[in-house]
Amino acid sequence: MKWTVVCPYPRLEPERGVAALVDGAQVALFRVYDGEVYALGNLDPISGAAVLSRGIVGSRGEVPTVASPMHKQVFDLRSGECLDQPGVRVPVYSVRVREGLVEVMT
Amino acid sequence: MKVVVVGHGMVGHRFVEALRARDTTDRWEITVLAEESRSAYDRVRLSAFFDGASAQDLTYDLPDGVDLHLGEPALTIDRAARKVTTAHGMYEYDALVLATGSSAFVPPISGVDQAGVFVYRTLDDLEAIRAHAAGREVGAVIGGGLLGLEAANALRLLGLRTHVIEFAPRLMPVQVDEAGGAVLRKYVEDLGVRVHLGAATTAIRPSQSVNATLALTLSDGAHIPADIVVVAAGIRPRDELARTMGLATGARGGVVVDAGCRTDDPAVYAIGECAEIDGRCYGLVAPGYAMAEVVADRLLGGDASFPGADTSTKLKLLGVDVASFGDALRTDLLDVVYLDPASGTYAKLVLSDDAQTLLGGILVGDASSYPALRASVGGPLPASPLALLAGDAPRAALSEDAQICSCNAVTKGQISAAIHEQGCTDVAALKACTRAGTSCGSCVPLLKQLLAEGGVAPSKALCEHFTQSRAELFDIIRVRDIRTFSQLVAEHGTGRGCDICKPTVASILASLHNDYVLDGEQAALQDTNDHFLANIQRNGTYSVIPRIPGGEITPDKLIVIGEVARDFNLYTKITGGQRIDLLGARVEQLPAIWHRLVEAGFESGHAYGKALRTVKSCVGSTWCRYGVQDSVGLAVELELRYRGLRAPHKLKSAVSGCARECAEAKGKDFGIIATDNGWNLYVGGNGGFRPRHADLLASDLTTEQLITLVDRFLMFYIRTADRLQRTSAWIEAMEGGLDYLRAVIVEDSLGIAEELDAMMAHHVGSYVDEWRATINDPERLARFVSFVNAPDTPDPTITFASERGQPVPVVLGVRS
Ligand code: SRM
Ligand SMILES: Cc1cc2nc3c(=O)[nH]c(=O)nc-3n(C[C@H](O)[C@H](O)[C@H](O)COP(=O)(O)OP(=O)(O)OC[C@H]3O[C@@H](n4cnc5c(N)ncnc54)[C@H](O)[C@@H]3O)c2cc1C
Ligand code: SF4
Ligand code: FES
Repeated sequence: MKWTVVCPYPRLEPERGVAALVDGAQVALFRVYDGEVYALGNLDPISGAAVLSRGIVGSRGEVPTVASPMHKQVFDLRSGECLDQPGVRVPVYSVRVREGLVEVMT
Repeated sequence: MKVVVVGHGMVGHRFVEALRARDTTDRWEITVLAEESRSAYDRVRLSAFFDGASAQDLTYDLPDGVDLHLGEPALTIDRAARKVTTAHGMYEYDALVLATGSSAFVPPISGVDQAGVFVYRTLDDLEAIRAHAAGREVGAVIGGGLLGLEAANALRLLGLRTHVIEFAPRLMPVQVDEAGGAVLRKYVEDLGVRVHLGAATTAIRPSQSVNATLALTLSDGAHIPADIVVVAAGIRPRDELARTMGLATGARGGVVVDAGCRTDDPAVYAIGECAEIDGRCYGLVAPGYAMAEVVADRLLGGDASFPGADTSTKLKLLGVDVASFGDALRTDLLDVVYLDPASGTYAKLVLSDDAQTLLGGILVGDASSYPALRASVGGPLPASPLALLAGDAPRAALSEDAQICSCNAVTKGQISAAIHEQGCTDVAALKACTRAGTSCGSCVPLLKQLLAEGGVAPSKALCEHFTQSRAELFDIIRVRDIRTFSQLVAEHGTGRGCDICKPTVASILASLHNDYVLDGEQAALQDTNDHFLANIQRNGTYSVIPRIPGGEITPDKLIVIGEVARDFNLYTKITGGQRIDLLGARVEQLPAIWHRLVEAGFESGHAYGKALRTVKSCVGSTWCRYGVQDSVGLAVELELRYRGLRAPHKLKSAVSGCARECAEAKGKDFGIIATDNGWNLYVGGNGGFRPRHADLLASDLTTEQLITLVDRFLMFYIRTADRLQRTSAWIEAMEGGLDYLRAVIVEDSLGIAEELDAMMAHHVGSYVDEWRATINDPERLARFVSFVNAPDTPDPTITFASERGQPVPVVLGVRS
């Protein structure tokens, strides 16, 4: 287990995602409106394409979410769980911001 | 506890679904023994198998936790020991449900058991019919009822000349009366099917003739040659197991059950076509479903009982709508008949003596009023009989217990409860909550009507974050001059938005201000296509479609497209919109590709946006010997004028040089057809999912007049339409329709024409090509990277195979 620096925090646009390659794994990083950062697997398990980072970030009830850009299934940014298809989930990565840098644990 | 179900047909399957759904504590272990080698399928739609549907399409999903044994019929049942025996094993039960259905009735005709004679009941039957029909020419169907006509259509679809032989003096004797039968016969014969009425088949013999392998002899002495014979003379309940078990069966067959669907053995139930309830067997699926629900309830301790059945039917037989409902064939009552031989429609309503109550009816040729009429059976007449028959009656108020969905026995009261108490706001939700509309689908128009009447303003709230409609948000944003989503959601909504409201607001902001769509906060609102100015494809790559106004392109530009496609190894295809699609570009390749294209004078084609797509054109008067105006010139002018215009949905247009209409303008949102005196403008056309021809808005316009009207039409649409509502649906939903639209944009009845003109002038004046604006700005380009920490490393999951000499995507888990 180790922390890998991915990019400077300002490189994350508010309410949008970017993809990162960490130790060979594709990670989708999201910065939500209050500044919090979340990290999920980038592979959309429903379409099989590595695109989750390109989805629209928003909320469902109190849950911060991203909608897959392919067929719009919504995922919980905190747990990786798909809210539209029970049983489907994507991996969640630990992420933190230190000294202005975003770091992901793999 | 164990329940064993014998038979996995439509009703057995519904029973399993109902029990699984309600048995939340898993009290019952379910075993299903099926004679057929495949899981339950939609027998009602069986004929779709000859019309493009695969067996897979017709097959139902099995709920979890059901032990299904295919190809393993129940052979004997020991009631004392509560055991079912099959060829492979023994199954104990606490409750046994017989759902064995019916078999086709085959009359004792001499020669009926030879090769080439089939019945029409299972997918296996249909496969055998298809195999036998290959290369043959003539078919005959014995039986002119519902099933016989379906079988006749199947033979037609297989390319056979078809005969139908019916013993009764009319087709569909059980459903329609003589006059209705005559209209039906004419339809069927117009399709080339030969109909023989009032005749029984007495023998089927091998034929010596050169053109058919069999010959049928009829009771009237006629001989009919045929290569294939389908017997559709009725059905018989499959009660053979029940008989060997010593259970009571009815005089005409069928396992006798009480209102709880129980046989005279309290542990044994019978449901569906094999059961005789209230002294009769039903050959329709809806009563069977009702029985399935009753038994599921009883097994869980309930006391449901069979509510009685509605034997109304509506079908499309050989392309003819036929419906019968209620007491359709009673002759001792008042009836009102409407016959129009010219259009081939026949309708009859059966009324109570005082002409106040609707008791039943028959519709042939046009059954559009069926759902509303059926739901009114037993209640007061909702309008005058003639108005009802003409189909233009005022939307009648239905009583609470009117049955809306007869397939699934759902009343208006239940629908209302789903709308008001469970919060259903669309047809999909109603289907999920009540099952209404999930079988034959004929009640769906009524569901929509009830949603509208329910006054829940079903589609108004855009999503969970905004209670306003798109049109309302448009006005709020315009009037208050709101510039950001954050401000809008803070002042007029809740939460942080979603994939519905964010792109909608982005589109409204773009329509109003026409700024660069990826600046500032707006970038976060865009759907992935607008966000990368390209269309996402199934493997996460994008397609590139440069604008080719009017479909006109120089050889030099064509060469550039070819070179770019070759250099970036892109799959290349001519689109349906007169331009060229380059597919398979990775995110990080897009800027380089566009750099080359912009340099050669191309600009964005907005194939990704809800915006103007193409203005298609024919060659017109410049070349074509029939052309009366320069259609290419106008198409190019219009496409350049409206390029980049963001709208509630995409916009398409076309210009034809004469009335031959080679550009298919009437299929477009706004289509223009040249006349000797100028242009005719058509609006509200649509291809796609629900095609619609455009309506004529104004004729013989000068180019200047035409452009003014199109400007206003588009801006009025942008201001008032719903999200993802094409102009066709927008006009159809508009109160006052085309006349109102004409009043607003031609006569300026709302006094907003000037404002609409100004909005369009702003759009045209401020247009900038998005791709040019992107490739010249390093900050904007920073978005087009594969990985934030490895900007040029291609996504390793993207790989290509080759097909017909071009690259095609290899999708994970889909292709190998
Ligand atoms: C590329 C093209 C097919 C082709 O290879 O020919 C195409 C491709 C797509 N069409 Fe189309 N349509 C294409 C012409 C058409 C046409 C024909 C035409 O425009 O003359 C129609 C019917 C006409 C009409 O729209 O009225 C058409 C009706 C649709 C519809 C149904 C719209 C409707 O109102 O029912 C959709 C779905 C939607 O927009 O919601 C759709 C959606 C799509 C999308 C955007 C689906 C998607 O989200 O991935 C496809 C992606 C395009 C891409 O490049 O990735 N496409 N599509 C055609 C592009 C034309 C162009 O040059 O821009
Ligand atoms: C072409 C066609 C069109 C139709 N159109 C309509 C329509 O438009 N509207 C309508 O309401 N109805 C229609 N029907 C009738 C409808 O399909 C039936 O009412 C419905 O399928 C009855 O369901 P069921 O489960 O009782 O019987 P089935 O669906 O026949 O299922 C019974 C199953 O039990 C199996 N079985 C029998 N004996 C045993 C045994 N001993 N052990 C194990 N398994 C056994 C059979 O093989 C069969 O699979 C149509 C039927 C056909 C053939
Ligand atoms: S629409 Fe008329 S002008 Fe245009 S190509 Fe066809 S025939 Fe010629
Ligand atoms: S009436 Fe057939 S699905 Fe509702």
